[in-house]
Amino acid sequence: MRALLSVSLALAAFTAAAANERPVPPRPGLDFQSAETRQMQSDDGANPGMLWVEQGAALWRRVEGPEQRACASCHKSAADSMKGVAARYPGVDAASGALLNIEGRINQCRKQRMSVIAYPYESNELLALSAFVSYQSRGLPRKVAVDGPARPFFEAGRAFYNERQGQLNLACGQCHNDNWGKRLRGDVISQGQTDGWPAYRLEWQTLGSLHRRLRACSLGVRAEVLDYGAPEYLALELYLAWRGEGLPLTSPSVRR
Amino acid sequence: MPQPTRIVMPTSAKKGEVFQVKTIIQHEMESGFRRDNRGLAIPRHIITSFVVRYAGGEIFRADMFPGVAANPYFGFTTTAVETGEVVFTWTDDRGDVTTERRTITVA
Repeated sequence: MRALLSVSLALAAFTAAAANERPVPPRPGLDFQSAETRQMQSDDGANPGMLWVEQGAALWRRVEGPEQRACASCHKSAADSMKGVAARYPGVDAASGALLNIEGRINQCRKQRMSVIAYPYESNELLALSAFVSYQSRGLPRKVAVDGPARPFFEAGRAFYNERQGQLNLACGQCHNDNWGKRLRGDVISQGQTDGWPAYRLEWQTLGSLHRRLRACSLGVRAEVLDYGAPEYLALELYLAWRGEGLPLTSPSVRR
Repeated sequence: MPQPTRIVMPTSAKKGEVFQVKTIIQHEMESGFRRDNRGLAIPRHIITSFVVRYAGGEIFRADMFPGVAANPYFGFTTTAVETGEVVFTWTDDRGDVTTERRTITVA
């Protein structure tokens, strides 16, 4: 009986902890931006991220390689075939068992189906295509699978999120769970939601991937800055997607 | 080499109507003041001039300098006078010209 009680108590504690893990309510990254930035994002005529979306649309139709294929050869109209796809990513690829984000899936498709080389991370082409694919899910709520084959990746991402890192000895949650909405010098601390990525960051003067943003986080706490597409960042991307479940996607968004 | 651009404006308007034009062009706008990892100066590469012509005249002009951010955006309003082409021309300091045309029908 006692054992059962302690198990159920432990379970209750775990559920409570799981509930506390996600900020309630989840608030999109846009909520923490200045009025000017919000206006820039809301107007497609002024949102610089749309430049990449348009280039992505052109790349979608560009026939390449020995197979003489474009993305559109198989997937046809992205507005139909890619609708809601970004909301389900990152996900586990059934064939290889690897965790893939949108960038990873695009490059897997290029290598395996088009027999052409992968785009380097953060290349203009990969940014444009990933922004274009994410754009097809604009306004659709995020919902990723974290069970089954995705579970180990999810747990790895959760562990990475909760691990104290760097010379400042900070875990992600110490800012983004415990102190969001408060000010850190001139900035308002966001919840660390990923609904708007890839995003045009004014500091960068260009569109950038989520991993570029995560690298900036690592640098900020003076931890090791990992490679683009590193397994730790991929797992973290999955965990963050789960953490912001239900938030509508807003890529390409504008960030400070 | 022409750069990717985005132009948002109506395709038709009533005569005398004031309409809004929004333009954005992708350009690095490298100021020339920065240095790379080896300490060498990164050469300046900026758009210096943006001109819009419509109905036989110049309706908007901007001269740009190194302080302008990347991917410069310009929004302005103008008056619909006649059916015709609005011609947008960006010129950078390497002589590269990007030209875009949009037709507006004025009734």
